[in-house]
Amino acid sequence: MLKMILKRLLDLAIVLLGVSVLVFLMIRLIPGDAAQVMLGASGDAGEEQVRQLREKLGLNDTLLVQYGRWMGAMARGDFGESIWTGKPVIEDIWQRIGVTAELTFLSLVLAVVLSIPAGALMAYFRGSVSDVVMRVVTITGVTMPSFWLGALLIFGWAAWFPNWQTLGSIPPISEDPWLHLQRMFLPTLTCALPVIASLARIMRSAMIDALGQDYIRTARSKGLGEWTVTFKHALRNSLIPYVTALGIMAGYLFSGAIVVEQVYAIPGLGRLMLGAIADRNYPLIQTSILVVTCAFVVINAIIDLLYRVIDKRAGVVA
Amino acid sequence: MMAVLRRWMQGVGRDFVRNPILMLALTLVLAQVLVSVFANVISPYDPVEQSVEARMAPPSGEFLLGTDKLGRDVLSRIIHGYRSSLGIAFSAVLAALLLGGSLGIWAGYKGGWVDRLVMRFADVLFAFPIILLAIGVIAILGTNTASTVVAIAVVYAPIFARLMRAPTLVLRSSDYVHAARSFGAGDLRIIVRHIMPNLMSVILVQASLSLSTAILLEASLSFLGIGAQPPAPSLGRMLSEGREYMFMAPWASLFSGLAILLASLGFNLLGDGLRDRLDPRLRGID
Repeated sequence: MLKMILKRLLDLAIVLLGVSVLVFLMIRLIPGDAAQVMLGASGDAGEEQVRQLREKLGLNDTLLVQYGRWMGAMARGDFGESIWTGKPVIEDIWQRIGVTAELTFLSLVLAVVLSIPAGALMAYFRGSVSDVVMRVVTITGVTMPSFWLGALLIFGWAAWFPNWQTLGSIPPISEDPWLHLQRMFLPTLTCALPVIASLARIMRSAMIDALGQDYIRTARSKGLGEWTVTFKHALRNSLIPYVTALGIMAGYLFSGAIVVEQVYAIPGLGRLMLGAIADRNYPLIQTSILVVTCAFVVINAIIDLLYRVIDKRAGVVA
Repeated sequence: MMAVLRRWMQGVGRDFVRNPILMLALTLVLAQVLVSVFANVISPYDPVEQSVEARMAPPSGEFLLGTDKLGRDVLSRIIHGYRSSLGIAFSAVLAALLLGGSLGIWAGYKGGWVDRLVMRFADVLFAFPIILLAIGVIAILGTNTASTVVAIAVVYAPIFARLMRAPTLVLRSSDYVHAARSFGAGDLRIIVRHIMPNLMSVILVQASLSLSTAILLEASLSFLGIGAQPPAPSLGRMLSEGREYMFMAPWASLFSGLAILLASLGFNLLGDGLRDRLDPRLRGID
């Protein structure tokens, strides 16, 4: 077990290193170089100015030296400054990441709570007309553009529940928890729906797979009812592939959250990054991509460990 | 190989008759491909032509799906939007398949350090939430149609690499590959003649599913304003613009969103149906 954990930690370190190299190269691949971009952003710049800034930023050193310096600075907690405000970019990111993380987390919870029973029921009624209908419904859910869904929900909600104020700025949860959740409700629903559909499909096929196993036949031959067999024996075993899919879904949810923020005008990380692209604020883009990606790599590693704890067999194979 | 392909096509052909979902999917996909190819012929108006007197006109006999804020015909814009969306998605998935697929086959066939290198690189790309990876690529290349294609291709290449590698790994030590090698076949011949035909069904299913999600990704990017730029018609941007006057003229964003949904749905149903048909393990279950 310890050996396995160490091996996973090593894999994790390699991937994180790769991510940092790639994100580092992203900035270096900009046509022209960062010095020109930065000076270009703040007005006209002479040849001499560009040269000086290039010197100051250390762009004349070899890539390896630059990379080393960048990593060193981050190890000291220095993630660079915004080109426009000169403020450390990590402050901006820290300020905005909360609402995006909350949106992702709430959607994940909603998706898990709804998709497990939905998938299990679909497996129970497999092959029937309702299964075929559910299949088309869930595939439609998976392919539903979340920004369209968001627009429809805003439109529909305003028509059917005129008194439920779903839009507007979101107060901090400590000030007004009820209004906070009320305002988060539609964005969460929008973000979660495609993932609910996709997780329900994964749950369904995992259940069907589990229902074909020998221990299910044993359970049936003992005279247990189909309901007990499905929801007690098969359900627990189908959670294993389901949990592995959750890690990937967290990434999808975050991607969805960036789009949903735009639909509901929520001041989260997504809007921060889109603004940064428009302003060509490269340090901000670079750091936010790095921070979020590393967070996801770590989350996935934790899920992977959890999965090995649930399923002892996986540990043996690995 | 042609004979194999023909027999396989006949099998699929029979299935379409028996399988209504696959039939529906194929109809949707074919209709959309035809619409994109013949966009110029079938669209009733010029998609960028503005008309002051017909601003935000509701759907009618004259404008089947109404007009937008600038008096442009929504139907014509959707038809041209299809062409642009499908074009971008097709090019991106094809690039991802060629690049990622060949890297994956190479990694699986060669094994050793080549395999480790390619797969670790794929792992790194997988670590990024897809939209961040796309945003990063677009931040470097600028916001235009070509960089959207590259961004989507970068997202999908590792998927194809991983997908092609595993079966290649198994196939390279299969008896018939050994037999071919003993007859003196070179690596390239073995890959093209003996390994690739076995990957066709996996490629077909994944390409179809990837097209479905690539259409959504393209729409998301153009919705966010970092996809294809005006005046190129784009379904995502139409929807985004239409939201501004959603309460006055809902048809503009309503129909463009529906168009995105149908495009993505068609390819997803097709991939899903093909997977059921081609994966022997699933036969008899569904």
